This record gives sequence, C-alpha cells and structure tokens, in this order.
Amino acid sequence: MYRSHILVCGGTGCHSSRSAEIVEKMQEELAAVGLTDEVQVVQTGCFGLCALGPIVIVYPEGAFYSHITPEDVKEIVDEHLLKGRIVKRLLYQETLDGDNIKSLNETSFYNKQKRIALRNCGVINPESIDEYIGTDGYLALAKVLTEMTPDDVIDVMLKSGLRGRGGAGFPTGMKWNFAKAQPKGQKYVCCNADEGDPGAFMDRSILEGDPHAVLEAMAIAGYTIGANQGYIYVRAEYPIAVKRLQIAINQAREYGLLGKNILNTGFDFDIDLRLGAGAFVCGEETALMTSIEGNRGEPRPRPPFPAVKGLFGKPTILNNVETYANVPRIILNGADWFRSMGTEKSTGTKVFALGGKIKNTGLVEVPMGTTMREIIEDIGGGAPSGKKVKAAQTGGPSGGCIPADLFDTPVDFESLQAIGSMMGSGGLVVMDEDNCMVDIAKFFLDFTVGESCGKCAPCRIGTRRIYEILTKITEGEAEMEDLDTLKELCMHVKQNSLCALGQTAPNPVLSTMQYFMDEYIAHVRDKKCPTGVCQKLLQYVIIPEKCTGCTLCKRNCPVEAIDGKVKEKHTIDTSKCIKCGVCMEKCRFGAIIKQ
Amino acid sequence: MSSQTTAAVFTGTAEQKEALMALIDEHRGQPGALMPVLQKAQDIYGYLPIEVQNAIAEGLGISLAEVYGVVTFYAQFSLNPKGKYVIGVCMGTACYVKNAQAVLDRCKKELNIEVGECTPDGLFSIQDTRCLGCCGLAPVMMINDDVYGRLVPDDIPGILAKYQQQ
Ligand SMILES: Cc1cc2nc3c(=O)[nH]c(=O)nc-3n(C[C@H](O)[C@H](O)[C@H](O)COP(=O)(O)O)c2cc1C
Ligand code: FES
Repeated sequence: MYRSHILVCGGTGCHSSRSAEIVEKMQEELAAVGLTDEVQVVQTGCFGLCALGPIVIVYPEGAFYSHITPEDVKEIVDEHLLKGRIVKRLLYQETLDGDNIKSLNETSFYNKQKRIALRNCGVINPESIDEYIGTDGYLALAKVLTEMTPDDVIDVMLKSGLRGRGGAGFPTGMKWNFAKAQPKGQKYVCCNADEGDPGAFMDRSILEGDPHAVLEAMAIAGYTIGANQGYIYVRAEYPIAVKRLQIAINQAREYGLLGKNILNTGFDFDIDLRLGAGAFVCGEETALMTSIEGNRGEPRPRPPFPAVKGLFGKPTILNNVETYANVPRIILNGADWFRSMGTEKSTGTKVFALGGKIKNTGLVEVPMGTTMREIIEDIGGGAPSGKKVKAAQTGGPSGGCIPADLFDTPVDFESLQAIGSMMGSGGLVVMDEDNCMVDIAKFFLDFTVGESCGKCAPCRIGTRRIYEILTKITEGEAEMEDLDTLKELCMHVKQNSLCALGQTAPNPVLSTMQYFMDEYIAHVRDKKCPTGVCQKLLQYVIIPEKCTGCTLCKRNCPVEAIDGKVKEKHTIDTSKCIKCGVCMEKCRFGAIIKQ
Repeated sequence: MSSQTTAAVFTGTAEQKEALMALIDEHRGQPGALMPVLQKAQDIYGYLPIEVQNAIAEGLGISLAEVYGVVTFYAQFSLNPKGKYVIGVCMGTACYVKNAQAVLDRCKKELNIEVGECTPDGLFSIQDTRCLGCCGLAPVMMINDDVYGRLVPDDIPGILAKYQQQ
C-alpha cells in the first residue's frame, strides 16, 4: 500500500513538454528522501486539459499542479510529500479556493463533462493491464462470453442507440447484426484508428490512455459476429499510441484475454496492428480495407457493404476507436443507462477536441445535445486573447464552419447536419476575428486536392477547380459570376463523387458561403480581405495621426517603398511594397496597419 | 506529392541487403504483406529507391508496377533519401489557424531548404505534415519522434541547434 499516488500525464501533449523527464526526476527525488516505498508515481494517459500541461496530480489530496517543469519536482517532493504542505504556487489557479483546494470535478472545465469513453484516460497507467482490470476491465468480455449469446449483445447494442463516432453516425448494433447474419466462416473485426481529421485527437488519447478498452471491445465484437481475427489500422504518425497498443496486445495475450480459448470458453480471438502510411482517404472504410490488403488505398463503390464483403472479401465490421471505447461500459451498465445520457436520436456522450483560438485547448467529453456555447464558452473558456470568437469548425474537411450566432445549437448528429456542418470525428477548431473564412475554405480544399485518391473524376478534377476559383478570390482576380460558378461546381462534386471524401469536400466552401458571404463579396467586389489574411489583397498603410516621423520604418524597408522626412508623416508607395511586414513589426507607435 | 523518380545514386550496403532479404522471407506468402514490408524496408534504407522496390517485387512475387503504385500513393513512402532528422511541421487546421505557416517559413529560412528537400550535409529535411494529434499545443512540429508544441518562430534556431550538436 502506498500512502500517496502521483499521477503524471504521459499523453503526447505533455510528453512533448518533458513529462517523461518529470517522472524520472520524481523518482530520483523520492528516492533521495527515502519515500520510494510510500509514494507511487504513475504515468497516465491524457487528462484532457492539454493547455495546462505538463500536468501532475497528487492523491489523496487531489492537488492539481499545472505547467510543471522538471525543476519544480524537488519542491513538490520536499514540500508536499515530505512535509505535507501543498505547493500553492504551482496549483492550477482555478482549483484554489481561498485557503482550500477544490476538486478537479468542480472546475468549469470538468464539471459539465461526463467521461465514459475517456473514463480511464488520466486515471490508470495505460501500460499496465492490472490497472485496467482494477477498473472493471475485461469484466464486460467475461460477461459476454459466459452469460450472453451474440443475439443478446446485439440486442443491448441496438437498444443503447450507440452510433458510430467516426463521422457518419451509423447505428453500431445494426452494423454488427448485418455481419453476424452472414454465413459462418472467416470474418474480421477492424478498428479505424487512422484519425485523419485535422484538429481531432480523441482517438489518439484513448489509444494512449486506455488501449485495453479498445481491445476488449473488439473481442466482444468478434464474439458477436463470429470473427476470430481483428486488425487495428493506426496512423504511423502516432508512435506512442502504436507502442502502447503493442504492449497492451502482448499483455492481453499473456493473460489469456486474447488468443486461443479465451477464459476457457472455447472462443478464439487475436488482434494485429497495421500501420497507416499517410493517406487521409484510408480513413474511409473500403479504402482502409484495401490498404490493409496491401494495395493503394482507393475506395470502392458500395454495395457490397463491408459487412457482406469486406477485408479479403470476407464479412467485416469496422468501427472507430471512440465507438469501441463505449462498448464495455454499455455491456456492464446496460442500454438504459447509456440512453439516459444524450438526446433521443443521439444517445450517450461525445468527445470533442478543442483547438484553435480557445483558452482551454484539450479534450472534453459531454453528453450529446450540449450546446456549442457551453462547450466553447463555459468549458473552453472562450478566446484566449479576449478577441471575439467568430466561428467554430466541426467535422474537419467534410464539415463546415458554424457562425457564433448559431452557438446555441445542440451538438448531435442531426442538428449539426441541419446547419450545414457535421459531427465528423469531433474536432472543434475555434476561429476568431483574425481568421479569414475564405482563406479557411481554401485551406480545406488544398487539403482535399492533395488527399483525393484520383480514382473518380468529379473529386479529382472538381476539387482542383474549386481550389482554383478560391485562389482567384483570395488574390482579388475573381468576378461576381465566379461565385455562382463556385456554388454550382460544389453541388456537382457533392452529387457525383464516388466516396464521402468527394461528396463532402465542398462543405467547407458551401458553409462559409452560406454564413460569411459578406467576406466573399469583400474579396470579389471590393478586392479587400477584411481580416488582412490574404497577402495579395493587403495594403500596408501609415496612419498619419500616429506617425511621429521617426524614420525607423523607412530605414528598414528592403525595397525603399517608404517615403518621408524626419519628424514628418511618412507614406508607403503601394506599387513598390512587397508586403513583407517589416515596417509594421518595427514601428514603435502602432502607426502602421494592414488593411 | 513528392517527385516520382529517385534523384540520388543508390548506395546500399551488404548488411542492408541482408536485412531486406530476411524481411521479405519473413512476410512471403502472408496476405497484405506489401505495406509492412515497405514500411520496414524504408526503416532499413531510409527511403525506397527503385532497386529496393525491385527486390521487394521479386521477393513477394508481385509486379514492380504494383509496388511502385503503392509507394507513390502514400505520403509516408519516399523515393528520395531524407535527412537524419526529419522535421515535420503540422499544417492541420488547429495549427494553421495559429500561424503554423510562420513556423514552417522559419525552418526553411534557418536551414535554407524548401519543403521536401534535404540539407547538403544530410542532417535535416523538412516536410509539411497532416495533423499530428497534439492540436492542444498548436502550432506543433515533430523532429523524428519528438514533438515540439506552442511554437513561435524564434524557438526554431534553439531546437535545431540541439540536433546539430548531437
Ligand atoms: C475520407 C474519409 C475519411 C475518414 N476518416 C475516418 C477516420 O479517420 N476515422 C474514423 O473512425 N472514421 C473515418 N471515416 C469514416 C469511416 O468511413 C467509417 O464510417 C467509420 O470508421 C465507421 O466506424 P463507426 O461506425 O464506429 O463510426 C472517414 C470517412 C471518409 C469518407
Ligand atoms: S492541427 Fe496540428 S496537431 Fe492537430
């Protein structure tokens, strides 16, 4: 028995800010004062509040230390662990309530959250199967294998209303039922851990923080549909996730929870990893399977659906990481428990990755139906700079931009679609008044042009044409008719592409045109970028009232575009200006602006 | 996508060849062997020149065209040697809205190379990458397996110096 536990976040975010070094240092310092046997140091998965990393929590007090450096470790050990005095200076200030400390669950970041898929992230050591088992891990698998028939499992899954968290929101129970209904024989269970949505990192955190939950759920799925082999297709860009998954698989095999005759029930199931190689389209289900087969990851038309003819031509189910992470809890707590959270059609919770111009960047898990405003303002803390939040982007390259005046929309599959965006995998990137919406649309199209696999013409050629029109707009070369052409082209690509990559690629354009048409018109008609992002449309100008005539800008201009005498107002010759921005950087009076 | 042919002259060693052959033997006959073989072959050689692709095609009994088709499809496979340290600057959404472009520009300026190129001493190459999944720390870059977050362009020289000294 240890008297204290120190939890150090070992998620990718905190890892990059030296959390491994903190663990080492912690152990050294504990040894130095002879506390090694009394205090246990645990490296966990992500706590979710990446903005405060690296994070260290000390129990039983629940002291939440933020922004810890290896240099702070000695103080924590000497003061807190040896003398029992919490180091207030290092605490997350929101947990400090006068002389007392509040528990984490009372802070505004955590109190609206409901952590189910993330239940173990930041709580257990992901490299230890014993800790997973200690939190009821593999109990659901045992229950399924010993007490439930495959039909019982499907019944629970259907009743729970769980829908795929990978983007499309297809009912999981129904998918499993299709695969189960196929004749007996070789079948496969796959996990989509390709997480291609830029701005989404919940799957990564689950894999890094609770890998066994995914393995357990896949085994349950295997039992249900009658498969004995699983594959996890994981991005090669996630080295820590790959490593922890491999450790977890090895441990589960050692414990007889994967492999032959699991728990003496005669059920065989094993899982192998397959690494992705950097192609977004491989997140699409048919492309993912083609890629596991060792080919170019091109999608193919459906039907036949993978449940009928999937990997190696055999019946296959594919689910997302977060979808799987919910499964063991649903089995243990029942469908009614799951339904009690969320909305009628979107049950349970959803994890969102908060990023961009928001104070509390990180991962949050909230009941479906929570409003965007609660997520962005209450939990996320709004924009860090005090600037106005303009929009939030959900659904990545397939989604859309939601303007701030629609932030009272509840987040569930239907509501988001109704306002021209989509749930996607749960990335939520916040933009403020400094972000140009036309530029953002162009950014996404640049992405889809690069990631289009090239198999079908509407997507391969159409996305490029859309990108070209957007470029024309951001460079001030477009006419008003181009906006009509753009819209028409978008509809065309949407309707005629082979897979959802092309079918959804125009969404960022269409949604920004719907909500931010004024910005498009400013670029096209007035040849101005209201936010000053589009370089070609920028002009640097000197505000005469603020200019003191110090000549600093003139001396620093590399192309002699600035004119003016000492102590007199200066001016910029826009025909010579190369828009390098040096003058604005150098000016000490804020007299130079771009517009 | 990067260029479709290999520019550098191939100089594989006997040990590399041996490792490649062992790798092919290990995977021969397995369904879907090509991707893992290519990934590990790239670990051995650092890139996938036509000579290596040829050996894999012969070893696994598939056509060179098929191997080449797969190699050029995935961004992770490279036909050209990369630096000892591969710098990947994230150009995902969260990083993009936090001015990742300035970080990328600074890397290019410090090393005097373009995206996709390698420094003459073979130490560094630069790539723009997809979301690295650390959006909470945007803007982010990775050097081999190390992640650096909350970057401002002025951090770059110091970070690069660490690798230059190693
Ligand atoms: C272009 C494209 C990319 C996708 N990327 C992912 C992804 O990275 N992760 C994911 O889970 N699903 C992704 N999907 C959705 C999958 O095709 C599939 O619907 C999902 O993995 C099914 O699992 P679920 O029912 O549990 O959501 C993508 C779809 C498309 C069209
Ligand atoms: S957008 Fe850069 S890490 Fe996700």
